[in-house]
Amino acid sequence: MTELKKPVLEAKNIEKFFYNPTETQVLKKVSFSVKRGEFVSVMGKSGCGKSTLLYILSTMDTSYSGELFMDEQMITGKPSDYLSHLRNEKIGFVFQFHYLINEFSVLENVMIPGLKLGKYSREEMEHRAIEKLKIFDMQDHALKKANQLSGGQKQRVAIARALINDPLIIMGDEPTGNLDKKNSDIVYNIFKSLAKDFNQTMLIVTHDPEFAEGTDRTIEMEDGRVIRQ
Amino acid sequence: MKWSLIFELSKALMLARFKQTLIAAVGVTFSITMFVALLGFMNGLNTMLDGLILNRTPHIRFYNEIKPNPDQPISLSGEFSTSLNVVRSIKPSTSRLAIHNSESIMQTLTKDPRVLGLSRKISAQVFFNVGTIDLTGVVNGIDVEKEAQLFSFEDYVTTGKYPDLNQSNSIILGKGLADRMLAGIGDVIQLTTAQGNRVQLKVVGYYQSGLGDYDNSNSFASISTVQKMLGEPPSYVTDIQVKLKELDLAPAMAIESRQIFGIDADDIQTVNAQFETGTNIRNLISYVVGITLLVVSGFGIYNILNMMIYEKLDTIAILKAIGFSGSDVNRIFITIALSIGLVGGSFGLLLGFLTCLGIDSAPFETAALPTIKTFPVDYNPKYYIIGGVFSLITTYMAGFFPARKASSVDPVEIIRGK
Repeated sequence: MTELKKPVLEAKNIEKFFYNPTETQVLKKVSFSVKRGEFVSVMGKSGCGKSTLLYILSTMDTSYSGELFMDEQMITGKPSDYLSHLRNEKIGFVFQFHYLINEFSVLENVMIPGLKLGKYSREEMEHRAIEKLKIFDMQDHALKKANQLSGGQKQRVAIARALINDPLIIMGDEPTGNLDKKNSDIVYNIFKSLAKDFNQTMLIVTHDPEFAEGTDRTIEMEDGRVIRQ
Repeated sequence: MKWSLIFELSKALMLARFKQTLIAAVGVTFSITMFVALLGFMNGLNTMLDGLILNRTPHIRFYNEIKPNPDQPISLSGEFSTSLNVVRSIKPSTSRLAIHNSESIMQTLTKDPRVLGLSRKISAQVFFNVGTIDLTGVVNGIDVEKEAQLFSFEDYVTTGKYPDLNQSNSIILGKGLADRMLAGIGDVIQLTTAQGNRVQLKVVGYYQSGLGDYDNSNSFASISTVQKMLGEPPSYVTDIQVKLKELDLAPAMAIESRQIFGIDADDIQTVNAQFETGTNIRNLISYVVGITLLVVSGFGIYNILNMMIYEKLDTIAILKAIGFSGSDVNRIFITIALSIGLVGGSFGLLLGFLTCLGIDSAPFETAALPTIKTFPVDYNPKYYIIGGVFSLITTYMAGFFPARKASSVDPVEIIRGK
C-alpha cells in the first residue's frame, strides 16, 4: 500500500505568465500532486490555463516559476536533453489530435518511442507493440499506414503509442475532444480499463463533465487557480 | 543514440517528398557532373598546351651568353674605386659560344641526384640555299637518343623516323621550312654555315612542333653532323639541357649551378612564366565555375528542406513530445541533406566520368597539333575527390540552417495550435 501512496507528480507553486501581447498571468500558485495509480482529471472552462498547466507538467514548456517533481525528483531547471529522455521514458502523451506519422505503419508508429528508448531489441519491441495494440483490439490494423485509419482508431493507436514504454504517467490533453460520441465512449472506456486493470497513473485534461465524473479525482481550475481538488 | 532510427525517420521524410528530394539530388548530380567534366577537360587541355612547350623544354639550360663584361678594367683600378665611372660604347668581349670544359660539367651534373638526365645541343645559324635564294634558319645538333628519351623528340617528327638522324649528313626539317624549300623526304639540300662552309644534307623527316614560327626556321641534325659542319671538335657544345626529377627544383638549382660552373643557366619557370600563369588562371576559373554550380544546387537543397520542415511540423512536434531531443531532430535533417549530397554526388561523379569518356573520344584534329586526335581529358582522381568532398560540404551547409530551425521547433506551440 505504501507503494501506491508515493506521489508520481508533484507541482509546487507553479506560476506562468504570457507576455504577448500584454503581460497576463495564466497560472497562479498552482500546487497539487498525483499519487501512483491515481486517475486524475483536470476540469475547467476554456482559457482557464489547464492546457498550459499540462504542458508545464509534461516538461515541454520550461518557462515557468515554481517547482516540479516527478518520481520524487526535482525536474525544474534540468537541461533539455535530460527532459527529452525523461519524456521518452516516463511520460506517455495523448493529445486531442492523434499526431501519428502518416509515412509509417501503425505498428511502427507505436514502436518509435520504444526504439528511441532502445531498451529492447527491434524484434522484442515489435512483439511488445503488438501486445499493446491487442489491448485496444487494433492488432489487425498493425500493418496499415496511419492515414488509412478512422479518427477513433487513430486515437486508440495514439494511446497504444503512449503506453509502449510502460510510462510512469500518461498525460492527455482532451483526448476525446475531436471524437464523436461513439468513439469518445470507446476511448473513455479504454482509459477506465487502463486505470482499473493496469493500475496506470493518468492525468487527463478535459472539459467534458461526464469524463471527469468517471475519474478517481477531479482538479477543478478557474482563472489560473485550482479551486477544488 | 540509435542511428538506425534516425536513418529510418530520415528515409520516411524523404520518401514523403520523393519528387522534391529527387530534384534536389539531380541538382547535385548535375553540378558534380559539370564540375568533374569541366576540370577534367580544362586540365587535359592545359596539360596538352603546356606540354607543347614544356615537354621539349629543358628544365635547366646551360649556355654561354654573349654580353658585355660586367667587370670593366677601370673597376679593377684602386685609384677610381670610390668614384662614379662612366664608360661609353662597351662591346661584348670576345668569347666563344661553346661551353668551356663541358665534359666535366656534364659529369658533375650526371652524378647529381636531382638530375634525371641531360643532353648536349649545338645551335648553328645557317643559310639554306634554295636556288638563288638563301633562307635563314637554325640547325640544332642533338643527341638523338637522349633527345627522344628526355624531351619527347619522336612526338614531333610527323614524317620519317627519328633514328635515321643517326646517319651522318642527314637532317630533319621543320615542316614550314620544308614546304618553303619544296624539299621532299630523300632530297638532298644545301646549306651554308655562318663561317662560310657549304654542306649537303639528306632530308630524312619533317618536324612539327605546333608553333608555326618555330617550324619555319628550325631543323635538326645529329650533334656530330653539326660539329663537322662547323668544323669544330667533338667536345664543342653550346648548350647543355638538363631534365630534373622534380620540376620545382629548377630555379634554385639554376642559381646554384650558375655560381658553381660560372656559365649562364636558365630555369624553365623563369623562361616560361607565362605558361604557369595561364594554367593557374584557367584552373582558378574552372574551380570557380564548378563551385558556383555546387552552391546553386545547395540553395535548392536548402529550399526543399525548409519546405519539408514546414510541412512536417506536426511530425517534428510529436517526435519532440515523445522524447526526441533537439539534437536528434537536427541529426534527422542533416542526415536527409547528406543523403541527398551522397546519392546525388555519387551519380554526379559517375556521370562526370562518363562525360569525360565522351569528350575524350570526340575527334579533335588540327594541323597545328599533329599528335592530338581527340580532345584531351585529365582523369586525375584529385578532381573526383574534390568533387565528392565538395558535394558533401555544400549539402551539409545547405542542411545546417534548416536542421537548426527544425531542432528549435517548440512542440507546445504546434500542439496547442491544433
